[in-house]
Amino acid sequence: MFSFVLRRLASAVPTLFIVVTISFFLMRFAPGGPFNLERPLPPQTMANLMRTYQLDQPLWRQYVTYITNAVTGDFGPSYIYKDNTVAELIAKGLPYSLELGFYALLLALIGGVLAGTIAALRQNSVLDFAIMSVSTIGVTVPNFVVGPVLTLVFAIILAWLPAGSWGDGSLRFLILPMIALALPQLAVFARLTRGSMIEALHTDHIRTARAYGLPARTVVITHAMRAAMLPVVSYLAPCAAALLTGSAVIETIFTIPGVGRYFVLGAINRDYTLVMGTVVLVAIFVIVFNLLVDIIYGLLDPRVRHD
Amino acid sequence: MNVMKFNLRAAALLGSILIGASPVLAETVLNRGNAGEPQTLDQAHTSINIEEFILKDLYEGLTVYDAAGKIIPGAAESWKVSDDGTVYTFKLRDNGKWSDGSPVTAGDFVFSFQRVEDPKTAAGYANILLPIKNAEKVNKGDLPVDQLGIKAVDDKTVEITLERPTPFFLELLAHQTALPVSKASVEKNGADFVKPGVMVSNGAYKLVAHTPNDSLTTQKNENYWDAANVKIDKVIFYPIDDQAASVRRFEAKEMDLVYNFSADQIERLKKSYGDEVHVSPTLATYYYAFDTRQEPYSDVRVRQALSMAVDRDFLAKEIYSGSQLPAYSMVPPGIETYGDPSKADFASMSQLDREDKAIALMKEAGYGEGGKPLDIEIRYNTNPNHERVATAVADMWKNTFGAKVSLVNLDVSSHYAYLQEGGKFNVARAGWVADYADAENFLALSLSSNKTFNYGHYENPEFDALMKKSYEETDPAARSKLLHEAEAMMMRDQPVAPFLTQADLWLVASKVKGWQDNAANQHLTRFLSIAE
Repeated sequence: MFSFVLRRLASAVPTLFIVVTISFFLMRFAPGGPFNLERPLPPQTMANLMRTYQLDQPLWRQYVTYITNAVTGDFGPSYIYKDNTVAELIAKGLPYSLELGFYALLLALIGGVLAGTIAALRQNSVLDFAIMSVSTIGVTVPNFVVGPVLTLVFAIILAWLPAGSWGDGSLRFLILPMIALALPQLAVFARLTRGSMIEALHTDHIRTARAYGLPARTVVITHAMRAAMLPVVSYLAPCAAALLTGSAVIETIFTIPGVGRYFVLGAINRDYTLVMGTVVLVAIFVIVFNLLVDIIYGLLDPRVRHD
Repeated sequence: MNVMKFNLRAAALLGSILIGASPVLAETVLNRGNAGEPQTLDQAHTSINIEEFILKDLYEGLTVYDAAGKIIPGAAESWKVSDDGTVYTFKLRDNGKWSDGSPVTAGDFVFSFQRVEDPKTAAGYANILLPIKNAEKVNKGDLPVDQLGIKAVDDKTVEITLERPTPFFLELLAHQTALPVSKASVEKNGADFVKPGVMVSNGAYKLVAHTPNDSLTTQKNENYWDAANVKIDKVIFYPIDDQAASVRRFEAKEMDLVYNFSADQIERLKKSYGDEVHVSPTLATYYYAFDTRQEPYSDVRVRQALSMAVDRDFLAKEIYSGSQLPAYSMVPPGIETYGDPSKADFASMSQLDREDKAIALMKEAGYGEGGKPLDIEIRYNTNPNHERVATAVADMWKNTFGAKVSLVNLDVSSHYAYLQEGGKFNVARAGWVADYADAENFLALSLSSNKTFNYGHYENPEFDALMKKSYEETDPAARSKLLHEAEAMMMRDQPVAPFLTQADLWLVASKVKGWQDNAANQHLTRFLSIAE
């Protein structure tokens, strides 16, 4: 197990390097640059800016500089948010995205598995139909619709909850963004759980367990659930990486100071370093969560043990 | 009954003691919805108005705009201008202090202006201070920064020498790039001088907290020279870039002020919130330029006819829902030193009369129905509203002259790059937002020497001569007259057809007092108060 983890971590280094290299050049091939604005800058101002940010140097040299600095943890200054370095921006925003994402993940996972299990046990009943209809809506209605509808109802009409902002970070402020963020994922978890649970309930070992007269609860929770969780767990990795690194839409609608919006803002404004920083961040999250999921897989299913 | 009475009295007494013992007046807080996250709080790098609103609360330049958008003394209590208009001597306030209690000195301004022009700073708006002597050479790196035409005569006297008379120099000094920094703080803290807890500022407020994309909090600066008249204790700026979200937060009463919302909301909001909805004409003009180098646009009659045939009321009301206003002059109304702009002569006619006259003019020029065919290509930058305007204008020209009109759109940087590099065209959309509240800023766009922004290459030596005279004229009234003559000439020639004056949209809660709409869009919190 230990050597498996080590091997995986070692292979993460070249993966990261390739991701960084590809995004560095892709970003530079996009037309325009960070200082091309609607109102053109006077040539000498532009020259001063390009020189200050070393954008006037040949691309290969910029690349070498970037990689050398990145290895030491220096991801450069943000071209748009000029008072901050990329590392500072991410360090400031990440805790907010992590906290909100963690709650949303928890809500999506617990709610989704619960709803999916109930639907599977009551297959083809009205309850099943209702849960599946709601989850279809959850998957298909985009969160830029869910978010404003939630604020309209709970913040403006009922005036129970704030319409936005992190506030003092108390639950009151987090409920609406958390629900809007979790809903589509909750629906996916519900559908995955239902499908795999129905399949698990029809396997031989469950039939055997039932034949032995084990109580229904034990059959479902200890035996069927274990098999049914495999697809859920594999979806957990990309889902966790996505939720924990923030959502540009949710953060914009609810004015949450996370890192999600930097993906979009960075790309639109050609803030090269900011985009690179967020790419590295997501790459690290995806690598780490895939590793975690593979470990959990081994625990759940003896067929995929890692030695 | 008696007992009851006694209890009540005791309670009342107790209550009054409690109130008397805690003389804590509720802190007045202003919640400002600010349309986006500031990209910087550094005077040298700022370029957008959401930063301007914050910076002008924190810092005070030599001159400032009052609540009505008029220039008044700021950190300088008075100034003198030499007879030839090239030397400005500012007397700083004796009680001018930084938020750390140290005095604001002439040396701070010298340091700040040198910092903006230093090529190493790479200031985005360095051109605001270019009228200062040697500024251009310093900014190019051809001269050392100490050669910049600004010096400290003594601790409280700043002398600025200009390259040539610049009648709008006091307006330039009110720009956010001309706000001072504390020399001591920048030298000590370097780039960190903008951070909360570190920043030292000389305005009505000081920075206390900043969470990017969440909020920026400022607190009244007790060291400010006019602190006694600052009524709001605390301002929280919320960077809400989603316009719909900012409206929702105003409706949820979480915001007292909201800057910018979607124009299609005007009608609905006016119904619910009445006077709290402000549509304030701003110093920005939406216009079409004609390529005067080419037939038939080299003919003044064709340009006049095309311009007259455009129903500006329709554009303003139907396309922009009243968030923009019909324009018949290049300079928007609302410039203090200029007064009413010189409008095109057809401004006073009805649209039907304009169309009749337009048809007659076009016939005279020999184009349109019965004459040479009129093939027009309208270029604009990709944007749904610009597309609607172009479609409507095309329709008007088709109906009036039987013209064949085609539309071409490019993304914004390609569109402007094409025009600025001298590319040929027929008719092209453009917009101009003032850098400073002066008519010159709009009229100079059409100088034949303006290679970048005179897209249609309008060349009229008389117009150029009037403008040249206006630069040399130091008497404000005479200068205004010259600029009016120049604008009248330009509106007669219609090298550009102004269509709309843009407006700033604000939601201002009725409890916010002291608010005045103004074209310069200047709203310093120190002039506002909150009614309980």
